[in-house]
Amino acid sequence: MLYREAGQFKSSYAEDGRIFPIRQDRVGFTLLMLVFGVAVPLLANEYWLKAILTPVLIFSLAAIGLNILTGYAGQLSLGSAAFMAVGAFAAYNFILRVDGMPFLLALALAGLAAALVGVLFGLPSLRIKGFYLAVATLAAQFFIVWVLVKFPWFSNHSSSGVVTAQEVSILGYAFVSPEAKYVLTFLVVAVLALAAKNLVRSATGRAWMAVRDMDVAAQVIGFRLMRTKLLAFAVSSFYCGVAGALYAYTYIGTVEPEGFNLDLSFKILFMIIIGGVGSILGAFLGAAFIVLLPILLDNLVPALFGDALGAGFASNLQLIIFGGLIIFFLIVEPHGLARLWQIAKEKLRLWPFPH
Amino acid sequence: MARQSGDVIVDLRNISLRFGGVKALTDISFDVREHEIRSIIGPNGAGKSSMLNVINGVYHPQEGQIHFRGQLRRRMEPHHAAEQGIARTFQNIALFRGMTVLDNIMTGRALKMRCNFLQHALYWGAAQREEVAHRLKVEEIIEFLEIQSIRKTPVGRLPYGLQKRVELARALAAEPHILLLDEPMAGMNVEEKQDMCRFILDVNDHYGTTIVLIEHDMGVVMDISDRVVVLDYGRKIGDGLPDEVKNDPDVIRAYLGGAH
Amino acid sequence: MQFFIEVLIGGLLSGVMYALVALGFVLIYKASGVFNFAQGAMVFFAALSFVGFQEVLPARFGMEAGSAAVFWLSFLLAFATMVVLGIATERIVLRPLVNQPPITLFMATIGLTYVVEGLAQMTWGANVRGLELGIMDEPIGWLMDDYGIGVSKFDLFAAGVAASLVALLAALFQYTKVGRALRAVADDHQAALSIGIPLQTIWRVVWAVAGFVALVAGMIWGARNGVQFALTFTALKALPVLILGGFTSVPGAIVGGLIIGASEKLAEVYVGPLVGGGIEGWFPYMLALAFLLVRPEGLFGERHIDRV
Ligand SMILES: Nc1ncnc2c1ncn2[C@@H]1O[C@H](COP(=O)(O)OP(=O)(O)O)[C@@H](O)[C@H]1O
Ligand SMILES: [Mg+2]
Repeated sequence: MLYREAGQFKSSYAEDGRIFPIRQDRVGFTLLMLVFGVAVPLLANEYWLKAILTPVLIFSLAAIGLNILTGYAGQLSLGSAAFMAVGAFAAYNFILRVDGMPFLLALALAGLAAALVGVLFGLPSLRIKGFYLAVATLAAQFFIVWVLVKFPWFSNHSSSGVVTAQEVSILGYAFVSPEAKYVLTFLVVAVLALAAKNLVRSATGRAWMAVRDMDVAAQVIGFRLMRTKLLAFAVSSFYCGVAGALYAYTYIGTVEPEGFNLDLSFKILFMIIIGGVGSILGAFLGAAFIVLLPILLDNLVPALFGDALGAGFASNLQLIIFGGLIIFFLIVEPHGLARLWQIAKEKLRLWPFPH
Repeated sequence: MARQSGDVIVDLRNISLRFGGVKALTDISFDVREHEIRSIIGPNGAGKSSMLNVINGVYHPQEGQIHFRGQLRRRMEPHHAAEQGIARTFQNIALFRGMTVLDNIMTGRALKMRCNFLQHALYWGAAQREEVAHRLKVEEIIEFLEIQSIRKTPVGRLPYGLQKRVELARALAAEPHILLLDEPMAGMNVEEKQDMCRFILDVNDHYGTTIVLIEHDMGVVMDISDRVVVLDYGRKIGDGLPDEVKNDPDVIRAYLGGAH
Repeated sequence: MQFFIEVLIGGLLSGVMYALVALGFVLIYKASGVFNFAQGAMVFFAALSFVGFQEVLPARFGMEAGSAAVFWLSFLLAFATMVVLGIATERIVLRPLVNQPPITLFMATIGLTYVVEGLAQMTWGANVRGLELGIMDEPIGWLMDDYGIGVSKFDLFAAGVAASLVALLAALFQYTKVGRALRAVADDHQAALSIGIPLQTIWRVVWAVAGFVALVAGMIWGARNGVQFALTFTALKALPVLILGGFTSVPGAIVGGLIIGASEKLAEVYVGPLVGGGIEGWFPYMLALAFLLVRPEGLFGERHIDRV
């Protein structure tokens, strides 16, 4: 009886347009934010913060980026990791080469740099569609990583190509501890996720979805394909770029271009498939799932099969399970975990009176 | 039911359209006057849909000229047509299947919305006010077409007849001057057809919207049209008042007398 | 000039090997509308199975290592493995997804890629193995002596195999009932059903054929570079060929392969040094893209206007 919308009348269209029209959802969401924004950094141990929670948030951001492009605007991309690379190396260079560059500004500029590159590689989408475009995004994946490797300027002539992210400091406060880095990541991701949610529920999101669902009809209504698609590429790449910069600065600390490879791009794609294509919540669920699964397997496999099978076995099993889950979700629940959550909520609304 | 028709607003001159070897339209001249209901009839494959597609820039004819409000339009793209106040529905429903009824209809307001994506990202102030203002307008249309109960339903789950109605709603949301309707009543039962006829006449009456209608039901066409053009194998074989067309020997031979 | 010709021929011949992999994609795409990203993993799996059986047969069953019997039995067993894989894929992955949007099927084949890669290594281990076909990777003597042009015997052999395979497939399409049904499916699924061959059978056949193509491609690539995980990347080589030649065109795959192979090698030799080398990863993609911007319908496709 706790989860009910009965008695909550929407008295205006503004209220009807809220992200959480049901009061219980608003309360629940506020609690969730308090838990992850306040309780977690205070209580969680270092391993959880560093190895799980921070990367989940960062990958969620990248997954939101890909979801905007693929889930909302319908343009399949296999090159998300490359745009993360642009963000990471742009942030590095802005901070390295501009004296007194504020971190948050560098983050924004990193996103903008990625957006610019994203628009460039989005141009073919105006002429080619579907698989052809998906394959074309591989061009971005390979080309961008190659550029970052081949021109040592980007890594400040580091001999190995590996760069070490500078210390993050905002208004004189240095973000060194895992807690501080987590909170910073949390805030950036929360703000950008809210912005993404706003985008997709407004006219911009409708334009993307219109182009996704039926591009001729969208044009006939008056949407300009070029503007709509390129905006999707720009915004999507912005998100991936910021995620890439955070990846370098609040997660692993040292990055090399080859770290942003096709495998990572696929991983992000898997996040949105499992989490839910065309859902902001899904990006978070999918990222959590993909980050947690290998950790779970690492702990589970030796327990179940003993150590005799070796590391190769575990990593192959992981490949099979990853791939199998993708197929499973596509067959059983193409809208992913986000949809399962929605179904669960609907069940809860009727509980305890099944109809 | 004599309505007041005005000046010519769409004027097609000697239009020819080919797809590879297929001649979809051959040397067709045709005009539409303000406020009228102009019907296009003809057997399947006659080129009716292609005509609409030429009018709103989806297809580009190889030959001929299109004048819109007396001005020659060169290579018009669909969004230009939309900006000129032309809206349409499609023969095979072209709704946005992943969106709700409400969102589908809201897309029809796109050209009237002014906020940019940064304002949308904030969803505050102007962006929110705009959203609500247009929602009000869309609710009017929802009420007019009597689809209140399905506003939050994803369009993919609706029965065919309702989908056609939602598509009309989306077109109306743009407050068009010219409405192109491609077989809006195909596959409907008598009752649904009557509803649709009523909506079309109401739109034409209340808002003075010019309507170009493709329809196979001769009863409906003869009933509500001001003028009718007849196509056959991409050629124009008749044009005039419903009564004239009905009694035209060429038309009877090619079409009315035949399979129907 | 000699050098140019040498590079060109080398490029064309390696283009044939790209075409070989692209062919596997085209077959499946034509018959089922599925863009099978797992084709590269299949190449890897097939080659690994082949060398795996070559090891197992002598070790476990006392057959004479290196004998023709072992070679052909391994070939058959590897082929059988691919057929089983194809049938399983049809049953487990494709059938439940029939009528889903093509992009969903495509993503499913990315999942399949991971499964096949994992299975392959779990079954046969991950270490690099050599594969001996008995043809040396050395220049053809008289060409070298008389004209000073170095063309590898092995490359020529690979090209010959690819050409025969194409001829074989063409014959299969042309003269067998299944082949005709296959072509019908490509044109119109409904029409194909009326021929009386169930779609499922057609799909299985085509996956089996694609498995065979993967096996041949895997053996050739494996003989050249060793049987190792990198074989999965052959798919990445074939993709630009596909966007150039079109997903549905067998001649497109061949011509596209030749163009990509030749220009890639030429660019590597003449442009590579100017920009620091290593451009083969992206150059074919950029080339295919540039081409598509000019001619979106691809090499052999027809311009198509969406019908509304
Ligand atoms: N996009 C297109 N590509 C190829 N042929 C087309 C296309 N659109 C229409 N046609 C052809 O043009 C002719 C007229 O079609 P259409 O305008 O749809 O006729 P109608 O609406 O009167 O049934 C038909 O022969 C049809 O096959
Ligand atoms: Mg038609």
